[in-house]
Amino acid sequence: MSQPLDTDTLETAAENPVVGIDQSRGDFKYDVNYEFDAGTGLNENTVRYISSVKKEAPWILDFRLKALKTFLDKPMPTHWATKDLENIHFDKIRYYLSSGQKPKRTWDEVPDDIKKTFERLGIPEQERKFLAGVEAQFDSEAAYSNIKDLVAKQGVIFANSTEALREHPEIFRKFFGKVIPTGDNKFSALNSAVFSGGSFIYVPPGVKVAQPLQAYFRINAENFGQFERTLIIADEGSEVVYMEGCTAPKFSTSTLHSAVVELVALKGAKIQYITVQNWANNVFNLVTKRGVAHEEAEIKWIDCNIGSRLTMKYPGVVLKGRKARGEVLSIALANDGQHQDTGAKMIHAADETTSNIIAKSISVGQGRSTYRGVVHIPKHLKGCKNNTECDALLINANSRTDTYPAISVRGDRHAVQHEASVSKVSADQIFYMQSRGLTEGQAMSLSVNGFINDLARQFPMEYSVELKRLIDLEMEGSVG
Amino acid sequence: MSLLEIKNLHVAIGEKEIVKGLSLAIRSGEVHAIMGPNGTGKSTLSKAIAGHPDYTITSGDVLLDGKSILALEADERARAGLFLAFQYPSEIPGVSIANFLRAAQQARMAEGEELDASAYYKRLYSKMDLLKIDRKFTSRSVNDGFSGGEKKRCEILQMAMLEPKFALMDETDSGLDIDALRIVADGVNTMRGPNLGVLLITHYQRLLDYIIPDHVHVMYDGRLVKSGDKSLALELEAKGYDWVKKELAIV
Repeated sequence: MSQPLDTDTLETAAENPVVGIDQSRGDFKYDVNYEFDAGTGLNENTVRYISSVKKEAPWILDFRLKALKTFLDKPMPTHWATKDLENIHFDKIRYYLSSGQKPKRTWDEVPDDIKKTFERLGIPEQERKFLAGVEAQFDSEAAYSNIKDLVAKQGVIFANSTEALREHPEIFRKFFGKVIPTGDNKFSALNSAVFSGGSFIYVPPGVKVAQPLQAYFRINAENFGQFERTLIIADEGSEVVYMEGCTAPKFSTSTLHSAVVELVALKGAKIQYITVQNWANNVFNLVTKRGVAHEEAEIKWIDCNIGSRLTMKYPGVVLKGRKARGEVLSIALANDGQHQDTGAKMIHAADETTSNIIAKSISVGQGRSTYRGVVHIPKHLKGCKNNTECDALLINANSRTDTYPAISVRGDRHAVQHEASVSKVSADQIFYMQSRGLTEGQAMSLSVNGFINDLARQFPMEYSVELKRLIDLEMEGSVG
Repeated sequence: MSLLEIKNLHVAIGEKEIVKGLSLAIRSGEVHAIMGPNGTGKSTLSKAIAGHPDYTITSGDVLLDGKSILALEADERARAGLFLAFQYPSEIPGVSIANFLRAAQQARMAEGEELDASAYYKRLYSKMDLLKIDRKFTSRSVNDGFSGGEKKRCEILQMAMLEPKFALMDETDSGLDIDALRIVADGVNTMRGPNLGVLLITHYQRLLDYIIPDHVHVMYDGRLVKSGDKSLALELEAKGYDWVKKELAIV
């Protein structure tokens, strides 16, 4: 049996029937009985449990066990990153929780308590309106996964990683762990040991998927770690847009989300990967995202980070083939008690490759934003271009912003441009808007939306509307 | 018919008293001008009435239709019917004038009520036609990179759209060339009527050549020291502020 825990937020959701990935900031939860539970803490048995529940091939268990060792051996990256990482208690986290490993194909089959959650988040409605396929992950596994017939007939594969490993091992294994090796960092190693869920997408040569594919990641349980693993392969000349949304209820204890996302764009392919996350402020969000763009291919990351206690995420593109293009458009909003440590990595590895980074951060109250960027262009290449723009907006004097751009360009046959700016929403600006009848919260929200306007315009409409709404909620809540 | 009453108002910035007991009543349909030398507290007066948090009202009261507005936030005062046209309007990068005004209109609606977008644009365009403002103007970001004249035009358009009961115009003419001055004056004259009361704050007589006030007050050292009709402005222009100072010294 399940029952709603807080009726207040339920009512709020009912008042706002507009489709959105998150109306009431995702702060609600229904009780769920989990059939599969790896228990608390992490050791070899945890990894073996996960692998056996998933009935995995021996090579995967092997891969996981090696990764566990790498994870345990690697130190926390606190020599450059925040000490707050030390507050993650790996022995108090639950690493696998699910009600089954096989996602349902229709919403009717999804268990009521889980279905209610996604209905409240508006997922089935979004699917009907504008999506080519949806995967909805609830804690460790996808509860629902479906792709429209038309898209499936084109040969597009859209599945969760558990299924894909079973049904498409030949493609999966060829690319899995190649873009982001296990030992890339401590958290990619952790993910490699205990990964579950996440999307696997394969788009055949020349196929252009007209509507976006969407995944929704929902954390429901307390003291839980979500470790989805996403792998997207766009074969030659194909195109795909993938969008992900994430929420979790607020808990007094911390929750860990540590995903690994690998993208492969083969010759002439285009991948656009859009994230609008709105984590509750107890979530450690430590995600590794990277793509490889082959000749004339294009990878574009659109990354909106709202919420969480600490986010560390630097989507990257390895520009491996001639004339490959990489782009990161990133927006981070750090409110009181939050640290958004975000950025981008562009590794140029072929001639005439182009990269573009536009990062905008907003720090409110005690909120802290950090931009870290890497642009690397080695000496033997020619005709490479990079443009980097980092803009920070500060709302009130306590907030903090840091920029750490690392641009290493060797050789003289490249064009590189870097711009950074810091601006403040002044008391006079707020008073000006208030004198037109806007409340303080509305005024701040408008300033923030204005600040990100040129970036948000590049997002698909449904997402820029959603982003605006999330910012409105965030700013309304920040007026004390 | 509305009434804005300023009663024995004292305003301080920090510890320093700037407005030292000022009283004035403005009715709908009236245009009052306050003139005075620099540093005499004119701008302080308008910002304090509008509710700027840096200005402390130490005593006295401001009443709108008999009710004190001093406990209200700036935005609540605006929604109650006050409008402050700024001497130096703020820039809001990335927010178009059309969206800004739309948000301001939306803020005046009851919770859950949604502004009708097509009706809004129809109204916006009719006001722009009335004020002879180019249609392209409202797609620009609010005051961002505007010339002095464009900023004033933006203020006037906002005033026309928000239809306040009382408009406080703080040195609206400062830094304007004659063409820009005409824009402001034409705008105010177009809106002038039985439903609008205006308080013009100005250093120079020349604005009053274009907007003929019903009442003129001279402000000096935080107080109104002389009141009269439009001829007072001309007298002031001819004799200079020293004339007032001398007269005060004699008194």
